[in-house]
Amino acid sequence: MTSWTDRLFAAIWRGLILFAALGVLAPFLLYATGAMDAMRLGFYIQQLVSGAAIGCVYAMVALGIVLIYKATETINFAQGDLLMVGAFLSFTTIGIFGLPYALGALLAVAAAFLFGILCERAVIRPLVGEPAFSIVMVTIGLGFFLRALVGLTPGWGTDTFTIPTPFTDHTVQLGPAIISQNHAAIILLTMALCGALYLFFAKTKIGVAMQAVSENQLAAHYMGIPVKNLFTLIWGLSAAVAGVAGLLLAPIAFVHSQMGFIVFKALPAAVLGGFASLPGAIVGGLIVGIAEALAGFYLPQGFKDVAAYALLLIVLIVKPEGIFGESGMKKV
Amino acid sequence: MRALLKTAYAQDIRLFRYGGTGRLVCGLLFYAALLVIAPRGFLTAWGACLYALAFGIILLRRDSQDEGGSAAFWYGLLGVALLSAPLLADDYAVSQLSFVLTYAIAGIGLVLLSGQAGQISLGHAAFMAAGAYTEAILHNAGAGLLVSLPAACLVAAALGVLVGLPALRMRGIYLALATYAFAFIVEEILARWETVTGGNQGLTMDWPRLVLPGVSYGFESEREFYYLVLGVFAAALLAALNLMRSATGRAFQAVRDSEIAAKSMGVNVAAVKTTAFTISAGLTGIAGALYGHLLFTITPEGFTIFLSINLLLMIVVGGMGSLHGAVFGAIFLVVLPQLIASFRDLLPPALASQSGIESGIFGLIIILFVLFEPDGIYGRWVKIRAYFDLFPLYRKGSFRRQRRTMASERDR
Repeated sequence: MTSWTDRLFAAIWRGLILFAALGVLAPFLLYATGAMDAMRLGFYIQQLVSGAAIGCVYAMVALGIVLIYKATETINFAQGDLLMVGAFLSFTTIGIFGLPYALGALLAVAAAFLFGILCERAVIRPLVGEPAFSIVMVTIGLGFFLRALVGLTPGWGTDTFTIPTPFTDHTVQLGPAIISQNHAAIILLTMALCGALYLFFAKTKIGVAMQAVSENQLAAHYMGIPVKNLFTLIWGLSAAVAGVAGLLLAPIAFVHSQMGFIVFKALPAAVLGGFASLPGAIVGGLIVGIAEALAGFYLPQGFKDVAAYALLLIVLIVKPEGIFGESGMKKV
Repeated sequence: MRALLKTAYAQDIRLFRYGGTGRLVCGLLFYAALLVIAPRGFLTAWGACLYALAFGIILLRRDSQDEGGSAAFWYGLLGVALLSAPLLADDYAVSQLSFVLTYAIAGIGLVLLSGQAGQISLGHAAFMAAGAYTEAILHNAGAGLLVSLPAACLVAAALGVLVGLPALRMRGIYLALATYAFAFIVEEILARWETVTGGNQGLTMDWPRLVLPGVSYGFESEREFYYLVLGVFAAALLAALNLMRSATGRAFQAVRDSEIAAKSMGVNVAAVKTTAFTISAGLTGIAGALYGHLLFTITPEGFTIFLSINLLLMIVVGGMGSLHGAVFGAIFLVVLPQLIASFRDLLPPALASQSGIESGIFGLIIILFVLFEPDGIYGRWVKIRAYFDLFPLYRKGSFRRQRRTMASERDR
């Protein structure tokens, strides 16, 4: 049963996709017809790649939000602050202790995992079964608290820091464009992380159990799955993903106690992807990052900052279930 | 918290429905004394004596009052205190009181939306900004209060409709995200549309004027403006009470408790949500207009997501179940920064110089309230009142909330 409004919105949606595809490809077409010179095209490609790189970071934060949402049906507004903590942890291992990049990163992500578990046990576990609103408020409070905590930690504070990486200050030539290795590393590592997560959810027992919990908590419980312990693990996993995101974001945006506000860009990404879909979160993050790059390329200054939100509003009105989401509407 | 719905309009609309406020005040004093003298309750001899004494007073008072009469008395006393505040307190205290009442007006709007209709809004700062900017523009163009205040309300309400419209197609958490995306865009517009909003410099405004045919009266000080705020607050409170009792208010509750059940009872869920957003936004717009006059200078930076979160914090701490919660929360929101500032002197200087400590304490308080006092300050008030009403029978579990085994928005 489809009403004319549904058909109308579906048509608008197809139009929007066409428009977006045109927006992405237009400079290439212009270059092919000779209306745009190689330098401008190179600049465009650089914008596109840096947009995709920041989009990957959005994607990972969105991924963490979606992981928690799927399992517990609450939105974790502290996800950005978990990223911030993760970035500070890698700053500690790599920047302060001076460990090699790979080892330091590994340790920092492991620490972020434990930190996520700690957060869940301290503030979320007592609220299992309470209304979603309560938990959302607690995560907002947790975010505030973490920001202050990092500001008060000796050695971290409210200053800005950088993490030395092996990629910094190196570039790759890609056609007419010069790509920073930082951006390339972010994109490649995100792809690797997605692959690892896919294997984890599809092949391991715990991964499958997590899927079961996010499908139906009660049924999972009856099947003998320790639902509450899995919540803890999911928080840990989500914090570890945030830790990776923090590690990758650090070279392109300084490490400081306010970097958690990236969550406000990751939420539109999560909605874009349907909010309950892991691949959707990745695609959503990429779309938001690229949309920002396009807005920066085509439109006057200022539009770049609102691109994510404008996109979110459009998607919420035209296709509220997101790109990958299934329609959850119940008819009475 | 469930509202009590009676059938007769006269009964519903009675302001002072519940007796026993006098008993409550005695009880509160007693409770405070108990906390000081005997923290373990009547296990100690002192506590036992106090209990006997207080119980005697409570029993004596119970005979001498009719239902609601004593509540009327205490609220009357509160009213007199509020009316005489500008005569007794200094300028600073009066302006702080105006801030409390202004926040409370916005809080009433938010309680209607979140507590009654069950919709989360992360974008109320946008409605407040809409009210404040409309008021500033009209005021600076020479319009009187009787034009600018309703205009501020209408502009904010129109934005509320705009935000509520997506409600036709989405619900729950998606709606909350729509409000927050919307608030970001409004903030950006305020910063960029320099010809009208003054960009990042913002707009300035002084005290409002009341222009009636033949008469023109300009407010001149905090004290005079306070009476305006008090009047608007009282009107908003009465309007909200009336609304909560009406069919619309009951539809709000039905939608909050179960959308599917509401739908099957014939409630037009989308229309109800849009209505809730409109009314809530309108009230918040009025609060924004008053807020602008109190601040003198309004800038986009004053209306960010953090104001929205503060407003949300206000009703969580105050208690979403009742309009009382909005007022308690507003008091909390105004008093807390000052408490923190005064505690700051007690901290070691290295810690006290950190700028983030305030937001950290804010965060901690949100967490502690949701964990230990989920019904907010008003919930505690109700529990204490029940303690004295049911005196020897109150048990720790009397207000225990039922937990749902399956927390699923999808099936609601």
